[in-house]
Amino acid sequence: MKRNNVYTHPDAVSADTPIIADRISKSYNKGTVPALSDVSLEVKKGELFGLIGPDGAGKTTLFRILTTLLLADSGQARVSGYDVVQNFKQIRRTVGYMPGKFSLYQDLTVQENLTFFATLFGTSVAAHYELIKDIYEQIKPFSDRRAGKLSGGMKQKLALCCALIHKPEVLFLDEPTTGVDVVSRREFWEMLQQLKQQGITILVSTPYMEEAVRCDRIALIQNGRILQVDTPARIAGAFPVKLYAAKAASIYGLLKDLRAWNQVESCYAFGEWLHVTLRQDTGNGTALIREYAETRAHKQVIIQCIAPTIEDRFIQLATSNALPNGSGH
Amino acid sequence: MDPVINHQPPSPATAETAIECRELTKKFGDFIAVDRISFRVQRCEIFGFLGANGAGKTTAMRMLCGLSYPSSGHATVAGFDVYRQQEKIKQHIGYMSQKFSLYDDLTPLENIKFFGGVYGVAEKEIRERSHDLVRSLGLDREANKLVGGLPLGWKQKLAFAVALFHRPRIVFLDEPTGGVDPVTRRQFWDMIYEAAEKGVTIFVTTHYMDESEYCNRVTIMVDGKIEALDTPANLKHRFACDNMDEVFYRLARTARRSDS
Repeated sequence: MKRNNVYTHPDAVSADTPIIADRISKSYNKGTVPALSDVSLEVKKGELFGLIGPDGAGKTTLFRILTTLLLADSGQARVSGYDVVQNFKQIRRTVGYMPGKFSLYQDLTVQENLTFFATLFGTSVAAHYELIKDIYEQIKPFSDRRAGKLSGGMKQKLALCCALIHKPEVLFLDEPTTGVDVVSRREFWEMLQQLKQQGITILVSTPYMEEAVRCDRIALIQNGRILQVDTPARIAGAFPVKLYAAKAASIYGLLKDLRAWNQVESCYAFGEWLHVTLRQDTGNGTALIREYAETRAHKQVIIQCIAPTIEDRFIQLATSNALPNGSGH
Repeated sequence: MDPVINHQPPSPATAETAIECRELTKKFGDFIAVDRISFRVQRCEIFGFLGANGAGKTTAMRMLCGLSYPSSGHATVAGFDVYRQQEKIKQHIGYMSQKFSLYDDLTPLENIKFFGGVYGVAEKEIRERSHDLVRSLGLDREANKLVGGLPLGWKQKLAFAVALFHRPRIVFLDEPTGGVDPVTRRQFWDMIYEAAEKGVTIFVTTHYMDESEYCNRVTIMVDGKIEALDTPANLKHRFACDNMDEVFYRLARTARRSDS
């Protein structure tokens, strides 16, 4: 390959689409373990894009391919206009990557880690300090503490600072909120909103479905396949049938009874409610379910028709055999 | 803020006590990791043990599992004293966590045999029950493959079954469903309900607030203390919140500690 080809500038098409994955497939162990199958997605400039799926869905594999740390078996990908194979060096300079596993030097202090990463990228902590200021000030009191001695929430903030230190155009965050408590998770998403306002394109993965609503657009992923890509509202809205919430004094008893009823298509626990769909819904589902529950001697029965959540849609897509194309039935 | 604690167990007349703590405390030097916590868990109860990172949950659980001595206070688990009868406690509880539960380099059957053996289940009984167990989990085809190759959800379901294999009175579950897909997460909770119905007491931690709603009662720990203890419905009512996520946030946002 000619050298000048390696240094091609980003093309115009990619200028407003910093992340393009085109039919990416990847398997491990000589093809015996499929990790990604035909994955395509595009992230627009300035978007906060969520990759939502459980462990083992292929999220980390996709991140590693996009950050040039792993080669795909087939398919193509471009980040900031650069090809992930041909122009991997440019990509490494322009992206920030926070892996799921804590990846900083445990034996270096907070300050030393930050300086180290700034130096690697040929910049200084001061150069783009504005970008990390709000986050870094929260851990500044501990700047002489070794990274290994920080709490989970503080490690996460330091890792984010290190990923931002060279003012990347695109930020990759692999499960930044996994195992973190509700309070720290909320804080983290607020930090992401602020970074988004500074024009940084963000691809973030999470196994927590309720975090999806904080993204501009999301991709649901399971078993290496993208189930659907759209705005959170449209994904929840694509739920193809009526959804009912049911509860009674004995919630586990109601769950077992509803699952045993041949009219019920699906019945899952959602917090204090059960979410129920019917096989043939003629519009009187609320009355039907109540009637059935009462014949089973359930007390304090409440049935409502409700708006589906992203998790409802995920479960419905993940359990239906039909290949999803976004429109449901 | 005054702790919101309802010490009224769900049905005091019939239930027996599985776990009881009074003023249980653990100090590391000057640091009070667990600060005079008191609660009572009834037999067959599903008891949710929530808290911010670093609130002291793991330290409290380690004392209740007989893995560390309290600094002061009292606790009994399955009727055994946490100071004097640690080994008895270990025999009568099951434990599983997200991080370590099974040996990846053993098959499901070997894991069952190993843990069954460690807990003193007779070899004959292990032989008889392990195949049924594998079948009931739908793992027949994987029975002789290494656990490391199984999807996370299956591993966790197997780990739960293994934790119950020696028929413990109480099972401690430390974030058992972390990262597990939404469908398998719910199947896991079906297993929890089933175990509780059969008489096992469940002591469970989780970061999924929807799961805290599946518990009979929930405690929320903040900075080593129990700030709330009640049914999810009562907690939501008392804090005028729609969901447990909001209740948790209200209580934990003022936390000064985080984990290390």
